[in-house]
Amino acid sequence: MANDASPAADGAAPSVNGAAYPITDHTFDVVVVGAGGAGLRATVGCSQAGLRTACVTKVFPTRSHTVAAQGGISAALGNMGEDDWRWHMYDTVKGSDWLGDQDAIEYLCRHAPAAVYELEHWGVPFSRTEAGKIYQRPFGGMTTRFGEGTAQRTCAAADRTGHAILHTLYGAALKNDTNFFIEYFAIDLIMDEEGRCRGIVALDMTTGTIHRFRAQMVILATGGYGRAYFSATSAHTCTGDGNAMVLRAGLPLQDMEFVQFHPTGIYGAGCLITEGARGEGGYLTNSEGERFMERYAPSAKDLASRDVVSRAMTMEIRGGRGVGKEGDHIHLHLDHLDPKILHERLPGISESAKIFAGVDVTKEPIPVLPTVHYNMGGIPTNFYGEVLTKKNGDPDSVVPGLMAIGEAACVSVHGANRLGSNSLIDLVVFGRAAGLRCAEIVKAGESQAPLPAGSADKALSRLDRFRNANGATPTAELRLQMQKTMQNNCAVFRTGEVLDEGKSLIHEVWGGIGDVSTKDRSLIFNTDLIETLEFDNLITQAVVTMESAANRTESRGAHAREDHPDRDDKEWMKHTLAWCDEGKGQVTIDYRPVHTYTLSNEIEYIAPKARVY
Amino acid sequence: MIVESSEQVPRLKWPRRFPVPRDFGVAKNSRIIEGKSWPEPEGATRIATLRIYRYEPDNDGPPRIDTFAVDLDDCGPMLLDALIWIKSKVDSTLTFRRSCREGVCGSCAMTIDGTNWTACTRAMDELSEPSTIYPLANLPVIKDLVSDQTHLFAQHALTEPWLHTETPAPERERIQSVDQRRALDGSYECILCFCCTSGCPSHWWNGDRFLGPAALLTAWRWLADSRDEGRGERLDSLDDPFRLYRCHTILNCTRTCPRGLNPGKAIGEIKRMMLERGG
Repeated sequence: MANDASPAADGAAPSVNGAAYPITDHTFDVVVVGAGGAGLRATVGCSQAGLRTACVTKVFPTRSHTVAAQGGISAALGNMGEDDWRWHMYDTVKGSDWLGDQDAIEYLCRHAPAAVYELEHWGVPFSRTEAGKIYQRPFGGMTTRFGEGTAQRTCAAADRTGHAILHTLYGAALKNDTNFFIEYFAIDLIMDEEGRCRGIVALDMTTGTIHRFRAQMVILATGGYGRAYFSATSAHTCTGDGNAMVLRAGLPLQDMEFVQFHPTGIYGAGCLITEGARGEGGYLTNSEGERFMERYAPSAKDLASRDVVSRAMTMEIRGGRGVGKEGDHIHLHLDHLDPKILHERLPGISESAKIFAGVDVTKEPIPVLPTVHYNMGGIPTNFYGEVLTKKNGDPDSVVPGLMAIGEAACVSVHGANRLGSNSLIDLVVFGRAAGLRCAEIVKAGESQAPLPAGSADKALSRLDRFRNANGATPTAELRLQMQKTMQNNCAVFRTGEVLDEGKSLIHEVWGGIGDVSTKDRSLIFNTDLIETLEFDNLITQAVVTMESAANRTESRGAHAREDHPDRDDKEWMKHTLAWCDEGKGQVTIDYRPVHTYTLSNEIEYIAPKARVY
Repeated sequence: MIVESSEQVPRLKWPRRFPVPRDFGVAKNSRIIEGKSWPEPEGATRIATLRIYRYEPDNDGPPRIDTFAVDLDDCGPMLLDALIWIKSKVDSTLTFRRSCREGVCGSCAMTIDGTNWTACTRAMDELSEPSTIYPLANLPVIKDLVSDQTHLFAQHALTEPWLHTETPAPERERIQSVDQRRALDGSYECILCFCCTSGCPSHWWNGDRFLGPAALLTAWRWLADSRDEGRGERLDSLDDPFRLYRCHTILNCTRTCPRGLNPGKAIGEIKRMMLERGG
């Protein structure tokens, strides 16, 4: 790109393994890493604020995993009946099992309607009501009047809401002349001695060249790490690269033990069937044909929160009431619904069920199984999107120059369990918030100090090491071991014993990275190398997840310990912080208090109580 | 036959290939040579043979066809599963794009047995034996099955895929009736995999100026949106002998859309709208 060249502060290309990697330098006000919903929204916001913004992404923006979101985006618009953002907030707090920070949750729910209207104004093709307003459907855990009735709060574009939003946001970014760096794989953050983030180092995959971005602010919008597990609804590219970069920069990740299992992944393939299917009237049955959710959640039934439904399904299968030859999955029925409704509101999943399960949804049930879907944990931030760490006893110490948004971040609005349709709203509300914050604290075009000496060395030696790795274990084999370990030892139900075994197994896999083997030595579109870098990113997150899960001796939200079945607010109403020392192969754990206050006087702190659906 | 919906077009009977011979007019060093043939996996009883196009940009060698034997009992049911199986167990240098593996991200479009489709939604038991796998046709190849789509994305961007409005936005949503919204069905679902544009003979000849079916489908998506106020300028920009009118209704696009969309019909609708405006 001709318009952003600026001479390198320390222009020398480090020589590794005898061969130098030439570096191209760029300077921007803001660099956003990731072009999913959150990354694009932040990019647009920063561009509109007059900041020179680059968006660096490893896949073309419309290939990001936001595209796969189906059911919808929550906001208390009240198009289908009375609604209030306070009721949305109550549901989110309850869904989070009181681990969510209530100031951030207030920010989310209060700004949700404006964020949805903004998307509509930008062109998202939402489904419509007879009155021509945005159509909203019921979703799990969404209620009216603080738990009394069922809310219709989830704004939908058929069952392709994520696709519709992502393509619209990409259009908005084009409109704002965004500087995209597409198929650039971010390798590492550049941190200076004072602990400020100064930029990133990235590999341009199509030309095999190294690029160094200097920026006043780096925004990580790199998504979750679902691919640490064997069976996930997540795309192959969901490897949590930003989370891993943060760990390597010596900063902590928060609440990593909370991994959401979506109740309805297609058995075998793992592809998602939206919760909207149950929102539109679908229900689950066991081998006896019983609608078993009535036993587990008498009032919300099939629309209980995701952790509750996933546990119920697992209990049924364990109790010998699973369906299929092996009795190892559950049926989701849509065959009682009007085919017209299915065609209008759930066309995408009808097609997915046909392709991936060979099922005609108008006639047969879909075989489903709880499948890894979302990471509540991630990079700790405040509701501006600024990354936090615990320093000198201050649990809210801001890391200058670094922000995180979307699934990569842990704001924390989802706490121990995210409600369906709260992630899309999280993307746009906090993507927007990050843009606003940048407009406030970043000065357009301000001259930036030279980068610290050798700022790209660490990233390049890491790259070079994996590119020339000639051990005995292929990346794919290590990845499979990691995925199987996570699936077996850190699943829907956990015990201390299983987690301890998991700890030693996952550390063993981690140790295996020293013996990794890659075959492709080239630089242009070397996906052998990229997959190895991604595995290296995944494995540290897997280790941190396992250790955090073994450490938390209570059950809360998605973290269900059979040896500690109750929530323990006295001991455990706190966020886990986990640091990872790659050199020593060690994880260190500390805690941050949960924010037990709201932003304004318009709603009071919602005190913990038993979580019943 | 005038194709009005994709249901009229056979979806599972695959034509062997688009009607142009391979190597037609291809420079000498781009002619494809026979590459490596990998041994069959030991003990496998059900085997599928994939003949895959390989090209290494880092050396000067010509592209080649490698032959792989896939153990169908050891891998998932889709072509993408087979490619990942090869990359994991046979040859980790095999290069292809992939992401969502459920047909919504559009990464893994390639030419399979002569027609374009996303590898993740193409079942192995639908393939010929042996089956040929090439990168999307008529695009520069970066490496193996990875094609350079920069030009196609630029053409997509040329249609200004965002809502054009003059009137100030209301405080709440813009009102759109159920029927007005229904007009977008069949166009907003495009995943930009470019199976259609890569398979369009008109785009092969005039791809520099003809926008191609994917971009025109996007253009129609915004023309058809009742909320959009930029119809005039949008039509002006398309009113050109090449951009729009190089579509000769060959309809490869409709036949090869893995989402079952009908870009050919959308282009017809644009032409009709253009006529109505002119008259």
